[in-house]
Amino acid sequence: MFDIDRWREIFQSINKNRLRSALSGFTVAFAILLFTLLFGIVSGLSNSFKSAFADDAQNAMFVRVWQTSKPYKGLQTGRAIQLRNDDFNYVKDEYESKIQYQSARIYKNFTLKYKNEANSYSVRAVHPDHQFLEKTIIDKGRYLNEKDLQERSKVIVIGRLIKADLFGEKPALGKRINMNGSSYLVIGIFSDEGGDNEERLAYIPITTAQMIYGNNDYISQINLGYNPDLNLDEAISFGKKLERDLRSKLNIHPDDQSALSVRNMAEANKNVGSFMAILYAIVILVGSGTLIAGIIGISNIMIFVIKERTKEFGIRKALGAQPLSIVWMVVQESVFITTIAGYLGLSLGTYLLSLIGDSLEEDYFIKDPSVSTGIVVGATIVLIVSGLIAGYIPAKRAANIKPIEALRAD
Amino acid sequence: MIKIEKLHKSYPIGKESIHVLKGIDLHIKEGEFVSIMGSSGSGKSTLLNIVGLLDIHDEGNYYLNGELIKDMNEKKAAILRNKFLGFVFQSFNLISYKTALENVALPLYYKGVNRKDRLGIAMDYLEKVGLKEWANHLPNELSGGQKQRVAIARALVTKPKVVLADEPTGALDSTTTDSVMDLLKEINDEGMTVFVITHEEEVAAQTKRIVRLKDGIIVSDELTKNTKQASHV
Repeated sequence: MFDIDRWREIFQSINKNRLRSALSGFTVAFAILLFTLLFGIVSGLSNSFKSAFADDAQNAMFVRVWQTSKPYKGLQTGRAIQLRNDDFNYVKDEYESKIQYQSARIYKNFTLKYKNEANSYSVRAVHPDHQFLEKTIIDKGRYLNEKDLQERSKVIVIGRLIKADLFGEKPALGKRINMNGSSYLVIGIFSDEGGDNEERLAYIPITTAQMIYGNNDYISQINLGYNPDLNLDEAISFGKKLERDLRSKLNIHPDDQSALSVRNMAEANKNVGSFMAILYAIVILVGSGTLIAGIIGISNIMIFVIKERTKEFGIRKALGAQPLSIVWMVVQESVFITTIAGYLGLSLGTYLLSLIGDSLEEDYFIKDPSVSTGIVVGATIVLIVSGLIAGYIPAKRAANIKPIEALRAD
Repeated sequence: MIKIEKLHKSYPIGKESIHVLKGIDLHIKEGEFVSIMGSSGSGKSTLLNIVGLLDIHDEGNYYLNGELIKDMNEKKAAILRNKFLGFVFQSFNLISYKTALENVALPLYYKGVNRKDRLGIAMDYLEKVGLKEWANHLPNELSGGQKQRVAIARALVTKPKVVLADEPTGALDSTTTDSVMDLLKEINDEGMTVFVITHEEEVAAQTKRIVRLKDGIIVSDELTKNTKQASHV
């Protein structure tokens, strides 16, 4: 297959006809450049969407309660709903197989004080699983564990920014801070990708909070992580069922959204997923349109080139060139030009995308735009195939012209 | 070498068809130097194209080197052309972006000779036509006579059985015409069969046999004095 003489012929032909080689190359390079930029930018958009949901686990579900807005079973509107440990355990027992993580949450606002530094912060009383649901990243020390809950320990995990506020540069781990008059041991410091607000929080064991503040079994909210083996549709119907069952358990009208609702990340994911799918479909449509325009462009140039060279082919045939050798010569030249030019376009596109980087993230929601290896490989294959088609069809026709007619051409 | 029996050829033009060759019988033996004379439209170019396997005849038989030419496809024709025939055209038909040397070497490329050998052989033939110093020039840097000598070198480089020349001097002035004819005579003297098409009496007079065509039939076929002289020597 590899024939140095044939390559020499091709290089000579390209080199001696630089303008037309450059023109056909430019068409392809430009098409691929546009394709790459388009794809890169959409993948940047997709990255932005993904990171917008990076705060919480992808499989998170939140059970939240407010006041009833519909009368039900003789109960009035405006009744405040309160979740209790009993509800938490009911969910745990009833849906064990569908749940990966489960944590309750109580919201509090307290003043935290260490030596002379004091400030008011949101404090969440939670179960150990909460770490995974909120994607809390432990920088130092540890998160809450089951033992803390059993012993109702007065321990606290503080956010990176609370540590900075109260301790500055000094170590915080193992120190005791004062919260509303009780002393808590700092067992961990965390960070969170959800932003500053998420890092100006503190976590304490839920049992401790229930004992000290109110001595009851109230909880504000139940957070779940559904079993990742469930697909999106199964997860969504699990969320719906959970919502119905809890409403019925708490004597709430089955349609009363404002009394109890389950917020399900699966639904958001499904929406984002279908949005991105549509976006990608559009890009593939526009991108292939661009590529096809490029291929048609190079085909056009090849037709012109072959017309120009008809006489040369006639001479070659009179000298003993077989039709196939003419076809191969043209096809190989065409594939060579498309591949090189396409690669240039691709490299330029990737380079431009890397220049853009994250600079458009703030204003245009384009984060780290790039093209995947799969796309690059796919585009390369498309290039070679398009070079083949662009060269083959006109070359085949040229090679079939009788040498006597070809010699007459001018 | 070339044997033609009752050859017919027609070209369709619209609904009509023009009968160009109306039964040609011609036998050219190895080593002959033949010219085909005729005015334009006499069918002489058509005859050359058929002999050169650039075109296909309708009726009759054509034997090239003893082989009956029948059911030719492009591939077979290309192989036979490369093996048996060398072409010299009125308009030279050199490839413009190749040097004189590369033009001469091209038929050897299609014969499958490796690059080093074919450039060496091509150089020998350029030397033979007196253009060794011009080997690396492009065709547009050469004069008409030089171009035709390059074309002759290219026709000879595969050591064909027959050299077919279609109005080889048609684009040349009288001085260069003589030098090209001298060259053709020289290669004929070395034993090569040469087949020239021309409408110039002076050119035909320098060959050894003149075949006159008129309206698609042979009107005369005679040896010239060159043959008689040659046979006396």
